[in-house]
Amino acid sequence: MNKDDVAIQVKQAVKRYGTFTALKEISLTIHDNEFFTLLGPSGCGKTTLLRMIAGFEDVTEGSIQLFGQEIESLPPNKRPVNTVFQNYALFPHMTILENVGFGLEMKGTSKSEAQAKAMEMLELVQLSQFAKRKPSQLSGGQQQRVALARALAPQPKVLLLDEPLSALDLKLRKAMQLELKHLQRETGITFIFVTHDQEEALTMSDRIAVMSAGELQQLGSPREIYETPKNRFVADFIGETNLLEVTVDTIANDRATCHLGGGHQLTCNAVDGIGVGANVHMSLRPERLFISDTATESESLSGTVVENIFAGTDITTIVDLAEGPRVTVRTSNSDRGNKRIFEAGSQVFVNMEHGAARLMAN
Amino acid sequence: MAGGTQGSGDAVSHTYENARTWLLMPSWVVLTFLALIPVILMLVYSFLTKEFRGGVIWDFSLAAYDQFFFDRGLFGDDPPTFEWTYITIFWRSIWQAGAATLLSLLIGFPTAYFIATRPAHSRAIWVFLITIPYWVNLLIRTVSMKFLLRDQGPLNDTLMGLGIIDAPLTLVNTNFAVQLGLFYSYLPFMVLPIYAAVERYNFSLSEAAADLYASKFVTLRRVLLPAVKPGVVGGCILVFVPSLGSFLAPDLLGGAKNYMIGSLIEEQFKGNAGNWPFGAAASMILLSMVLIVLIIFARSQAHREKGAK
Ligand SMILES: Nc1ncnc2c1ncn2[C@@H]1O[C@H](COP(=O)(O)OP(=O)(O)OP(=O)(O)O)[C@@H](O)[C@H]1O
Ligand SMILES: [Mg+2]
Repeated sequence: MNKDDVAIQVKQAVKRYGTFTALKEISLTIHDNEFFTLLGPSGCGKTTLLRMIAGFEDVTEGSIQLFGQEIESLPPNKRPVNTVFQNYALFPHMTILENVGFGLEMKGTSKSEAQAKAMEMLELVQLSQFAKRKPSQLSGGQQQRVALARALAPQPKVLLLDEPLSALDLKLRKAMQLELKHLQRETGITFIFVTHDQEEALTMSDRIAVMSAGELQQLGSPREIYETPKNRFVADFIGETNLLEVTVDTIANDRATCHLGGGHQLTCNAVDGIGVGANVHMSLRPERLFISDTATESESLSGTVVENIFAGTDITTIVDLAEGPRVTVRTSNSDRGNKRIFEAGSQVFVNMEHGAARLMAN
Repeated sequence: MAGGTQGSGDAVSHTYENARTWLLMPSWVVLTFLALIPVILMLVYSFLTKEFRGGVIWDFSLAAYDQFFFDRGLFGDDPPTFEWTYITIFWRSIWQAGAATLLSLLIGFPTAYFIATRPAHSRAIWVFLITIPYWVNLLIRTVSMKFLLRDQGPLNDTLMGLGIIDAPLTLVNTNFAVQLGLFYSYLPFMVLPIYAAVERYNFSLSEAAADLYASKFVTLRRVLLPAVKPGVVGGCILVFVPSLGSFLAPDLLGGAKNYMIGSLIEEQFKGNAGNWPFGAAASMILLSMVLIVLIIFARSQAHREKGAK
């Protein structure tokens, strides 16, 4: 297995349910051995795309190739792909052990060997003591882990995971995230992971495809997606951000000077396709802003502190810009030694790191 | 019997138990009158002495059971030998009812599956279509079946017209005709419970099976069938039991040599030639046999469930 090999190639795939278009011309390439995440809000078509790859939905237009082979020619039971279903879909009349061993048995492994292997998988998800139970005798989170073990057991080439951690509590979820990531590296199985949790996507993935309303918004590494969101949707969906409406006044030396409501001015890197006079949005990540009682040269905005919200590792300060919009600023608690916290009502300047402000088309 | 107030002393659950007892009362009354009392009556009658023009004389007698199991010659004074006549009829009935049940299952299951997989809004229409023939009286339907199967009937005419056969097939007065008649009489009892079970089936289980490399056939056998088994078992019981005691289809379609228990019992209560205690005894034996079969089945089921755990 090699990262340069293409595992799945989706070419202008369209999915329509009657008149409703669930997926609009999605094109993407997923490499072998990759941890690939589909990220997007509920109803954006993540499950639909996964089901098309698994073979449960046909492709209305376009094509999907699996290791260079058109998948239309392969029925679901012939594809080297296993799925962790969003609703688990465990076989209710079989024990946990039989559930996990099912795929191996279907691949022709002898029953005893399949059971031994299934037991190993159950140990991996820490459920071996429940091997003899029926699915209905497990909690939701336990069922989810059984679903995971069942899909992993036959060692598919591609594993499709539809929100496989959604029913777990935070602690178990973090542990399973690490376990999954570890497993993926170890086995070399290509993971296509669906989630609507951006933090999960950012920590686990090699690459992320951000989707919205059936369209691919951006495809890139977690860092690219977070630091250089292509559009307003991505900036807003990934992490927290301040989105300010701005108008571009001048562009010189690849720097754009813009103004926003209340006469505030800011300079930031120019972006291709956004010219003088354009009404666009500017994204400011709260953690790249800081508050001070003095302004820096060009990149600061004056305002009044509305309130400070304590949230464990950091403090969020809400500032109303003079006659302008409201922005949030995040100060890490570990930084408090060298950063002052201003009381509500203080007149302050919101300053930013160089390059923190990003222009984006609407 | 009805919701026996067991344990829990707290007031709320007590009220609840009380309410349940009262709410179940009408069902208990109806069941007692329509099921229990007739069976007791039947049991009592089977131990009475027959009156020659129908009816009974209130004298205890084992004659009915004796007649069923033992042959004592024409005048009743030969040494008893085992009587095979009625046992043979019973056996044939079980066989016929079993065949009819199997036929119903083979046709009924795909039908039920088909209906359950239609879009939700059209399912009710399909169910309605299935039940339409059953708005017509059973007797008329059975007679029509005889007409269809006759030597010069539409079925033979069509087959001959198409050149598939040269001479008409003899269908009336065969075992097959009886099975067909029973199948046709009770098909909805097979379709409806299976339909209800398949409709509740979670089809993502079939997808999961396919995802794990199971072929369509294996998915059916290992995943779908176990999940809808209660419906299948229910349907089989609902077809088998009435088929076993049926007399219309065997009488009209089977002729004299395909006589079944239903007809035997029916005759004992009809006109002057009957023998009520004997009819009652045959009914009791039939009832016991059905109960024994059902209990054995339930036991083996429970056993298997336990074994799986
Ligand atoms: N069988 C169907 N018929 C019609 N519309 C459908 C069907 N399945 C899905 N859709 C629609 O397609 C869109 C995408 O659905 P999908 O299940 O892929 O969303 P998702 O991204 O997985 O959402 P979630 O995060 O809530 O699971 C939704 O608007 C949904 O209503
Ligand atoms: Mg989904």
